[in-house]
Parts: sequence; C-alpha cells; structure tokens
Amino acid sequence: MGEMHCVNGVCEMSSRKSSQMEALDAYIKSLPLADNPTRKRGFLIQTLHKAQSLFGYLPVEVQSFVAERLGISLAEVYGVISFYSFFTDKPIGRYAINVCTGTACFVKGAAQVVDELKRKLGVSEGETTPDGKYFLGVLRCLGACSMAPVVMVNGKVYGHMTAEKVQGLLDDCKD
Amino acid sequence: MSTVNLTINNKPVAVEAGSTILEAAEKLDIKIPTLCHFKMDAFHVEHRCGSCRICVVEVEKRPNLAPACCTPVMEGMVVHTNTLRAINARRAILDLLLSDHPKDCLTCPKSLNCELQKIAEELGVHNLQYSGEQSTYELDESSAAIRRDLDKCIMCRRCENACNNIQTVGVLSGVGRGFHAVVAPAGLKKLADTQCVFCGQCVQACPVGALTEINYKYDVWRALNDKSKTVVFQTAPAVRVAIGEAFGMEPGSISTGKMVTALKMLGADKVFDTNFSADLTIMEEGTELIERIKKNENLPILTSCCPGWVKFLEHQFPELTYMPSTAKSPQQMFGAIAKSYYCEKTGIKPEDLIVVSVMPCLAKKYEAARPEFTRDGVRDVDIVLTTRELAEMFHEAGIQFDKLEDSEYDSPLGEGTGAATIFGTSGGVLEAALRTAADILSGKDVQEIDYTPVRGLEGIKEAEVDVGGIKLKAAICSGLGNARKLLEKIKAGEAKYHAIEIMACPGGCIDGGGQPYHHGNTEIIRKRMEALYQDDLNHPIRKSHQNKSIQKLYEEYLGEPGSHLAHKLLHTSYTARKKF
Repeated sequence: MGEMHCVNGVCEMSSRKSSQMEALDAYIKSLPLADNPTRKRGFLIQTLHKAQSLFGYLPVEVQSFVAERLGISLAEVYGVISFYSFFTDKPIGRYAINVCTGTACFVKGAAQVVDELKRKLGVSEGETTPDGKYFLGVLRCLGACSMAPVVMVNGKVYGHMTAEKVQGLLDDCKD
Repeated sequence: MSTVNLTINNKPVAVEAGSTILEAAEKLDIKIPTLCHFKMDAFHVEHRCGSCRICVVEVEKRPNLAPACCTPVMEGMVVHTNTLRAINARRAILDLLLSDHPKDCLTCPKSLNCELQKIAEELGVHNLQYSGEQSTYELDESSAAIRRDLDKCIMCRRCENACNNIQTVGVLSGVGRGFHAVVAPAGLKKLADTQCVFCGQCVQACPVGALTEINYKYDVWRALNDKSKTVVFQTAPAVRVAIGEAFGMEPGSISTGKMVTALKMLGADKVFDTNFSADLTIMEEGTELIERIKKNENLPILTSCCPGWVKFLEHQFPELTYMPSTAKSPQQMFGAIAKSYYCEKTGIKPEDLIVVSVMPCLAKKYEAARPEFTRDGVRDVDIVLTTRELAEMFHEAGIQFDKLEDSEYDSPLGEGTGAATIFGTSGGVLEAALRTAADILSGKDVQEIDYTPVRGLEGIKEAEVDVGGIKLKAAICSGLGNARKLLEKIKAGEAKYHAIEIMACPGGCIDGGGQPYHHGNTEIIRKRMEALYQDDLNHPIRKSHQNKSIQKLYEEYLGEPGSHLAHKLLHTSYTARKKF
C-alpha cells in the first residue's frame, strides 16, 4: 500500500478495505494513462465503475484516492458521481435492485413494480433496508426495452416484470 | 494567421480564424448580451462554456440558433444578432432563468452590480411568463470570508472555472442533475470544511448574488459607536487605487487622502496605514532573505504576505511548508504592533483597542480569524472589511467621497514608503525587498531602484538582478494555477531561485476578491496597477528601511530585525493540511 500513504493521510482505510484498495490501485496502474490530464480525466468513469464494483459504493476515501491518482479535483469526482444515478456514495444493500424507469419500461408498468418493491421492502428509492440486504434504486434504460419492464439485481436481469412477480424476485436473493 | 470574412447585421468584418462570433461582433461594436461568458484578457483567461444561451444569434443556412460566445466564425458566414427570432429566444431563456431566481433584487447584496439584473433591464423584461418551483438551498456562512446563497445560482459555472482552472484549488464543481444541479464542494460540504483558500476569485467571477463576502459592516458600526472602545483602521495598499470606482471616479484614481478623510468622518479614532507594516514586513522578511542567501539554505524563500497563497501551500504542498518566510503578513504585523507597542505607548488596553483592516481581499478575513493570531483571548486584527464594504459604509453615511478634501494618515503607524505601496500589485513585494536588500548588501544608498522586469500582469515573471554584488534569481507568480506550475518545477528540481513572490489573485491584490467588481475588464486592473507605481513615485521615501517610524519602532521597542521580540510578535509558522 505504499502508493496510498502519499495522499497526505486521507486514505487511512481500515484493513478490511485495504485489499479492495490494492485491487483498485492495481486497476489504475493497468490503465494506459499518459501523463496528460485530459487523457487521465477520460478514465474517470470506468475507474469509478471498477471502484464501485470493488467496494459496493464510493466512500469519500475512495473518491479522494481516485481524484489523486487521476489528477482531478475531488469536487469534480463528486460532481460526476452525483450526476450519474448508477454511482452511489452511500453503502448499499447486498442485493442492489434497480428498476428501469426509462420510457419503454415506464409505459409497460415500471411504476407499479417500484411501488410493490417499496411496499414489500419498506424503503424508498435510493435507500437500503435496515438489515443491509436490499437496496432499491431506479435507473433510466438498461438497453433491454424489448423485455420491458426490466429489473436488474446485482447484474442479473429480470424481464417482463409485474407487481405479482416481485415476491419471486425477492425470494431469489439468498444470503 | 489566416483571416475569415463574414457579415454581422449586414456589416462586413474580417477576423482571425478561430475567433468567435462574439469577438467578431465586438470588433464591429455590436453588443451581444452574455452571462456565462467570462473573459479576462490580461490574464489570457476565457470561460466560454455556452451554458446560458443568452448570446444566441441567427446564422443564415444554419437551422438552429448559434451561441455567439462559443461558435467559431466561418468564411462567408452571415450573422444577424437582432432578428425577432433571436430576440424572442433570448427573452425566453431569460424568462426561464428568472423563473428559478429569487426576485429580491432590492435587498440583494449584489444589486446594481448584478449581470442578470442588468440583462433583464437591457432586454426590457418586465413581465414574467413562467412560474414554478423555486430551488432552495441552505445558506453557507460557515467561513469568515465567503457567503454562498445558492438560491441565486444560475449555473453559469464561472466560479467553477475560477476555482478549478485559474486557481487549481478544485473546491467547486457542478453537482447533481437537472433542476437540482448546483455548484458546490464535494459531498455538498460547507466551504469552511474544504480546502478553499478564500481567494474570492469565485466572488469576482459570479455574475449574480450567489457568491459574496461575509459582511462585517455592522460590527464596525457597533465598535465606532461604543464609547469604551478606541477604533483604529489600517488600509491596505490596493484599496486606495480602487475605492474611488465605487463613487464614479476613474479606475486608477489614487484616493488615499479622500479615504482617510472619509474614515475620520465615519468616526475612526485613528487612521493608520498597512503600508507601515508592509515596510516592517520588508525589514523582517528582507533580513530572513539575506540570512538564507548568506547561509545558502532553505532556498528559495517564498513570500508569506498573501493568506490565500499560504493556505493553498498548506493544503496542496504540505511538504513545502518550510519554504515561506516566517514573517507574518502586513495585516497581522500591524495588528500585533497595534496591540503591543501602540497600546503600551498610549496606555490603551489591548481588549479596548479595535483594529479594523480594510483589505482588497476575502482571505484576509479568514487570516485574521486564524487561531495563532489571537493572544490572551484578544485578536490582533478584530474586524476585516473589504474595499467594497468600506465603500458601502461611506454610502450609508452619506459621504460624498469624490468631493472630499485630502487628509493625512495619523502617526506613528500611518507612515509608509513607496516600497510598501507597491505591495498591492504582483511583483511589488519582491521589488520592495530588492530595494532594501541591495542597500544592505552593498552598504550604499542605491539609486537605481526601479526593478521593471518584476512588474506587469503576466502570471509568471522571472528576473535576474544584481543585488549588492550577488546575482539574485527571482520569480514572481500571481494566480494559484501559475503558482502550482512553478512549485511543481521546484519540487522536481527543474527551477532554482533565491526568492519567489506569490500572490493568490491574478495580478496581485489589485484584483483581490474584495475589490470593486471588474466584471472581467482587466483594463481596470491595469489602471489600478499603474496607479500604484505612480503612488510609489509620489512618495519622497521609496525604501522600506528608510521609513522613519519603522526605524523608531526598532530603536524604541523591537531592537533589530529578527530579534527575540520581533520573532515573538512578527513571525508565525505554517500547518500542513489535508489535500482533500
């Protein structure tokens, strides 16, 4: 973790997280970063994708680390995270349920699926259940409009969703 | 460079390839309204993000309207700026902007200096078509310096450009999306909890009332009306060449005498000059410079007058905090001397003496509040006003500034030299130090004291000067982005200097965040600079060490520069801070 300590002590991570941080560090090292700020900036979104896949969310320590390594301000990194609904800076449940509310899914009844998930889980959009199991999110278009309405759970896609099918989806999420 | 021919409103014009429609129109004296566009010619800075769309014009054979500020000209282009379609589009855009903007212009701190207000007036918008939800955000008054009222933000991103691109401080960014988008620090933190250096370049850039200073006028009014307190003012060099602008005087008017008169009219007990303590800074910093050169250690020495620059260094280059001179800034030296020497001389208790600074700067408000500048529970500098706030107080008091007679500063803390007055412009501190160092090192009264290579508004200047037989290599930086470039070079061992002057604001204090708004017109800043060099020439004494009051201060009280007491009162240390 020699690289990490150079960040003026802002990346003091718990040892639990340090292996993820090492993986992120290795990922950034593998990127073809020329010493050119514009080029580095171009890798921000894919680096954040990698970081979120490693940590589950993007805590401020991770944001600072990415900012330092890509030579971008923390404010700009946060700006990008806050712009894209896929990124989150808060810890999310072990099962991230994301309902597509893009045009096609919306027309085909995504709202009823969201309502049923809210009712069953007792949380609002963007929240995680108190037991840390489920996160409920909405996003715009997964590119699977022919299967509308679509729900994605940790990368697994459920097509042609209805309110009635929600319980079955939840039952699939086994710890 | 090839030229491009086009017509605007049927008038032909030839401009350099790569110019924008806006630039071509300016050449023809055709005005196109702009809002998000911000240009500072002298600093080679242009923000043309094209976010507001107020500058749209009609271009023949182009289906949609073109934003003039960021559309490059093309050969044979036919542009119309004032067709019904363009005018209607501008009004619709303005209508939409105003639908989410508070209509409290009467009480807005930016009233009459607001570019949105000005455009609404120029475009003759008197009826609003749209009404809807109004964004509301918590007011940020967390710092001693900058007030953020984001209900008024129009997302022009001019502040973001100032913070990230010009200053490379990197505190502000567009956050969120759509209607809820706002310019804010990471994590929507308050400014006081960030690495903001309070340079106030964002405040100078903001076209509306979203970013202004934290106002201390009423603390000053209260102090002036408290019979148990003695209120003394100190006025920074850059204030005297800018405050007249607030009263319709020409930019670059030297209004020192009027300002002293007006301060007396407000009820100041004594009006002193930060030039006095600027001379004192040269004595302490100059001594340190000569010592470091003689020992050839800890070089380069960096100036420490600018609190924005100091905080930038603490956050961004914490490993270099040994480099700046340990001398306090002139503002803080003044406070320390006022609350020690002056109090002892006059018998006033330090807690009954209120020191009010008038500064061109917002970071000075932060600096005065730094904990190391409070001794025995008493702040060295109690209240810091900007040039703008002082002008507002004069207005409030009904003082017709431009019609006033001149008065002289009070003694003994009111005497300053020409060397001190140029502290207000980039290169001035270094030139003042060179004048004193040359005399000390040569043992003569050197007559050639105009070090012209260090002058001007360029962001990075270099000079090699013969000072008493030593070839001294110096650099001068203004604007923190330029400072970053230079410091990176020094860290990498690619540049070697004996001394470096750094000022946070481009051009130095004349362009400070607390000065009258220049709206990007850098001619105003150039005139303020020229006025300071003229003021220097007008002074009979132009070297800090020849200031009689300073000589007396050392004789009576401090001993010699760098003495134990001088160190206790006039020197400080720096803290490594977090980068994020």
